[in-house]
Parts: sequence; C-alpha cells; structure tokens
Amino acid sequence: MKPHTLSVLVENKAGVLSRVTGLFSRRGFNIESLAVGTCEEPDMSRITIVVIGDDRQLEQVDKQLNKLIDVIKVSDITDTETVERELALIKVNAEPGTSRAEVMQIASIFRAQIIDVGSRTVVLEVTGDSDKINALEKLLRQYGIKELVRTGKIAILRGAKVVKASK
Amino acid sequence: MKTGARILIEGLQREGVETIFGYPGGVVLPIYDELYDSSLQHILVRHEQAAAHAADGYARASGRVGVCLATSGPGACNLVTGIATAYMDSVPIIALTGQVPTNLLGNDAFQEADITGITLPITKHNYLVKQTKDLTRIIHEAFYIARTGRPGPVLVDLPKDVSTTQLEEETETIPAIVLPGYKPTFKGHVKQIERAVELIERAERPVIYAGGGVIAANASAELVELAMREFIPVTTTLMGLGAIPCDHPMNLGMLGMHGTEYANYAVTESDLLIAIGARFDDRVTGRIQTFAPHATIIHIDVDPAEIGKNKPVDVPIVGDAKAILQGMLGRLKKRAEREPWLSKVRYWKEKHPLRYRQDGKLRPQYIIRKLSELLDGRGVIVSEVGQNQMWTAQHFCFRRPRSWLTSGGLGTMGYGFPAAMGAHFAQPNEPVFDIAGDGSFQMNIQELGTVAAYNIPVKVAILNNMYLGMVRQWQELFYDRRYSYTELPAVDFVKIANAYGIDGMQVEDIGDVEEALKTALATDGPFIMDFRIEREENVFPMVPAGAAINEMIGGHES
Ligand SMILES: Cc1ncc(C[n+]2csc(CCOP(=O)(O)OP(=O)(O)O)c2C)c(N)n1
Repeated sequence: MKPHTLSVLVENKAGVLSRVTGLFSRRGFNIESLAVGTCEEPDMSRITIVVIGDDRQLEQVDKQLNKLIDVIKVSDITDTETVERELALIKVNAEPGTSRAEVMQIASIFRAQIIDVGSRTVVLEVTGDSDKINALEKLLRQYGIKELVRTGKIAILRGAKVVKASK
Repeated sequence: MKTGARILIEGLQREGVETIFGYPGGVVLPIYDELYDSSLQHILVRHEQAAAHAADGYARASGRVGVCLATSGPGACNLVTGIATAYMDSVPIIALTGQVPTNLLGNDAFQEADITGITLPITKHNYLVKQTKDLTRIIHEAFYIARTGRPGPVLVDLPKDVSTTQLEEETETIPAIVLPGYKPTFKGHVKQIERAVELIERAERPVIYAGGGVIAANASAELVELAMREFIPVTTTLMGLGAIPCDHPMNLGMLGMHGTEYANYAVTESDLLIAIGARFDDRVTGRIQTFAPHATIIHIDVDPAEIGKNKPVDVPIVGDAKAILQGMLGRLKKRAEREPWLSKVRYWKEKHPLRYRQDGKLRPQYIIRKLSELLDGRGVIVSEVGQNQMWTAQHFCFRRPRSWLTSGGLGTMGYGFPAAMGAHFAQPNEPVFDIAGDGSFQMNIQELGTVAAYNIPVKVAILNNMYLGMVRQWQELFYDRRYSYTELPAVDFVKIANAYGIDGMQVEDIGDVEEALKTALATDGPFIMDFRIEREENVFPMVPAGAAINEMIGGHES
C-alpha cells in the first residue's frame, strides 16, 4: 500500500467533481489529497488525486474512473519523473520580542513568505512537496500553530512529456 | 417555434421509441400535454417503480432501449429501485424525470429532489438539462450511452421551464456525438484472441461460463457454435439462461449457489475456464479462492473494470462478446472430440440430476416443468425474487435468448410483474408469464390496474407458500427454524384480480395445474393463478454462504 498520484483530465461540466469523489467513497478508496482546477484545454479540468492502495485497488480506481463518461484520461504518474507542489498557509504565534524573530528565521530557511503580520501572529505561505511542508509544520508547532490551510498536491511531468487527452 | 417538451418527444421518436411507461405530475404537465396527441404510446402505470421495471422488461426482451417517465420529487424517487435494478443487470433504459424550474433549483422547492445526485451511483450517466437548446443533443447522447459499451440506465432530469421554453425551429440535424471520455472498446485485442484460441486448443477440461453479457451482445449463436465445434460444456449464470438451449448436449445449466451439481463440479475440475460476459459474482463463485482452482482463466467482457475485479485472470479480452467470439471461431480448427472430459461431465449429469419430490403433492417444480412443457420454447418468462426465481431458473427449459427476465444483481422483489408488462410490448406475439412468490407479487400488485386497463395479457403464476419463502428457507437451515417475520397471511389473490376485472384460478391440487395453465394460455387478457404449494418446499441443491461451489447441500444421487 503506497500513495499513488493520479492526474485526471475531466470535462469541465457541472457535477463532475462529485462523480469522481462519489466513486472513491462508494468503492472504498481513500483519497489522501485532491486538487482541482482549470487546465490548458478550455473545456477541461485537471484533478490531481493522491490515493492510497495496493496495485489491485489502484487498477480498479483507474478503471472505474475511466468508466465515468466525463473522465477523459487517467494517468498514474507515481513512478514517472514529476515535479510536485503543495501550498500551505500557516498562521503561527509570533510574539514581538520573543518568538517572532525565530519564526521569521525559520520562514526564510524554508523560503516561506510572510504574507500577513498581526500583533501576535504571522501568516506564512509556503510551497513545496509534502515533506517540506510537513517539516515546516513540525518546526512551527512549538510556537503554536493557530490555523493551517493546505491545498492538495499538484504534479506535472518533467521534460517535454505531457498528460493529455489522446485524440 | 417549438417547446422543449416537443423537442423531447421528437427526440424520442428519432431514437425509434414507440412505447413509454410513465406517471404524470406537476412539472411534467408540459410533456404530458405533448403526449396527448403524439403517436408515442404511453402506458400509465400505477406506481413509478413499475414504470422503471416495465422499461427494463421491454429493454431485456427486445434488445432495444426502454423508456420511463416520472414527475419530480416523489415520482423520481419512486423510480430509484427500478433504475438500480437496471444498473446492476446492465440494462439500457432512459429514465426521464421532471424537475422544478431552474430558478428554483436548490431551494427545497415543492417536490424537489436532487435526483441526479441520488442516482449518481446507480446510473451509467445522468444529465440535468439546464437549457432547452441542449435537449436534442442530450437525448441523443443519452440513448447512445445507454445502449453502447456495457449497457446501462441513463437518467435525464428536465426542469419544467426547459420543457416550456420555446426555441426557433432548428434545422433537423442531429448533432454528432462528441464524448471524448467515452470510447467503448468493440473489437477484442487480436493477440489476446490468439492466445485464447491456443489455450482452447490445448485444454483438456475446458468449461464456458456464460453470463448475461452474451445475451446483451446478441452472441448466443456464436456461443453455441463455439461449444459445439470445440466440444466445450457451457454453464450459464442466472442472467445467461437462454444463451444456449437448455436441452443442448453441451449445456450444464446454471452454476453457483443454486446451480446444478454437475455445473459446479465441472467448473471446479476444469483446466480452462472461458468466462464470457460474466462478472464472477459472489452468488456464482462461492468462496472465491476455491472457484475454478485448477483453471487458466480467459475473461471476455466489454467492461474493462470487470476484468480482475474479483478474481485474477490469465487472458483478458475486452470488447464485444459477439465480435470476439467470431474472431475466435475464425481461428479455431474444428475438433474431433474431447474425451474423457465429456464422458466425465456426462457421468456427473446422470448421477446428480436436478430433481424434486414427486409424491402427488403440489410442488412448485412440477408447475414450472409443466409450464415449460406446454410452452415448448415459446413465451417470455419473468420471475420475481426468492425461491420462485431459483425454481424457475432450475426447472424451466429456456431455449432462446431474451426469453428469461429476472432481477439478478439487485434481486428486486416486485420486479417481475411490471417487467412482464414491458416484455409484452417487446414481444407482443409471445405469451408472457410472471412466476411469482406471494411476497414479491404484493410488492407491485397495484399493476393489476395497469394490465386490466390496457388488457395486457400477462399471466401471473403465484407460487403461494404464504411465506417469504427464500428467507424462511435460510431461517430453517441456518437459524434453527426460527421463522422471524417471514410468515404471510393467506390472501385470496383471485378475488383481488376479480376486483380489477381480471380472471384467475386458485389451484390446490396437482391434478388441476395443467388446466389452470391451459386456461391462462387460452385467455386473451391477463390471468392470475394462485398455486397453493407445499409451504416448506426448499430450493436445492445449495451452496451455503462462504463454501466452495462443489460443497453443495441437499443434492441428489440418482
Ligand atoms: C425489495 C426486496 N426486499 C427484500 C428482499 C429480501 N428477500 C429476498 S427473497 C425474499 C422472500 C421472497 O418471498 P416471496 O416473494 O414470497 O417468494 P418465495 O421465496 O416464497 O418464492 C426476501 C424478503 C428482496 N430481495 N427484495
């Protein structure tokens, strides 16, 4: 059982997301993360799904997704060379005079942006792969994370290759 | 100018629809107004569930797409069981539902139900039509999706204003189908077909396991030819009955939980299992690990998701069963014989035939065999669910595809009677029988009103045991005869039929069975037979839940 990253091209139609997510819950597949947005094709969206399962389950996920009329292409890009990114916004305690300097130092090591400063908190914006964000989160815990918002993972193939609808 | 309702009706006619089954209500008034002077035949049922089952029965018996129509909210929700039934058995139907006007959608408006949401997991696809201009395309797509690839139900939800909005007369061009995400595979992979042929030529103990997909693909002739030319015994699933004539020398009857002993033994000992349009359902396989344990498995199916879903297979071939079988037949050399395998199978058949007690008491198997004898290959037989269904599957001799309709995957009590109505419109010259249990019949008994009103000549044979018989059987065998809520009080079904103006006959004596059946056959309209059968008759043989299919109980030695 390992996490698989699926890049799913779908028609940009009402209800398509609930068709996809409904299928996962109905068939007992666990979604670890999900990100959806428009893509290079005007009438399509791309969904990046991270799902955990064994090979047999993944085969079923792939086939069942393909059965949905609005799903155009499903690619398991887990074992392909990809660049992956997630975005997180983290509101962390940062009292002026005490922890604020340390928090800002950690932020700069992680190339995180400070995007908001409050009287006792700051908001960091960080992008990277899951490991990097997890590491930052762990470090910031000691100061007290007030709120954390994370997007699902998105991924793209390295080099000239693309995941696109076969015409 | 043309209303959406008009466009809808014209779209249905363009798809070749002649009969639809429905029930009116507020938001479908514009559609009903169009139906009023349309050439489409509309059958008014007494409950929307029956409309869905009737459309399903029509589709199974004809091989064409069945259509049902209901109003929004409660009407649409009443279709749900029928849609799920069609979905599980891959039956092409179109469910048209009314919906509240688009400006009220999502407001909990009167009689609003999110039917596209509700039916998401039980339709092949569904549509909520938002604009009248999309209607022509959507109707065309819906039929295309329903009948191609692995067939299935498609629901089209029609807000009232979509039906009333008028459009400029458009040029009568049907839009081309553009569905980039839907490309069903038709032709099987040549390499795989060649591998399958090689395996068949090498096999010593092959068995064909044929499912409903053979019938859906109209591939029965090819199946029988393969069996005959290569001397391969054929067992069918509940859904596959009729794909090969029951009295064909290669036929083993049904396999699985209530299958024949010889079919289950043959599968268990086979060295090559050729699954065609079947899906390794748990009622068929018993304990999956011990299903066909010595066999190399070829799996032919139009739905790639069925391949390897329940059981790993060696040679998957995705595509249309008819095309693939033709491809195989074109490559296979005719075989001289296949002994000693066939003699072993013959031995099992002789030693463990399907039997029942013949002691002069009124037993259901006798009634079914008698009917089978009288019809002699004619007719469409529909069943309800429970013992009645299994006795019919075991004892009726089906000779042609589309002559047997039953709810296999969902096992829907109440399916039979309305499906039988639909079957009549598909095969109007064939006698149609619903073999029922007293429990199941009461689930859609209101359709007596429909068959009476249109004089639909459906004959109902109620195998009345005053029990929910199949559940009682399990209680007898596995719950120490604690008959918890499975006894049904006696009902005078003939009187109920009479109240609708329908004739009927109550039969208590085995000597009266033939006369009742002949009277039914000779009656022009509907007819009800209330057979008071031995109350605690069981369906045997039987594979207990979780056992291997060759571990049957209640079998017979001849
Ligand atoms: C709608 C529905 N509810 C419940 C069941 C569970 N069930 C399966 S068989 C059966 C008993 C059927 O009784 P009856 O129709 O009298 O037929 P018999 O088994 O006696 O032939 C029941 C309750 C079902 N299959 N469908």
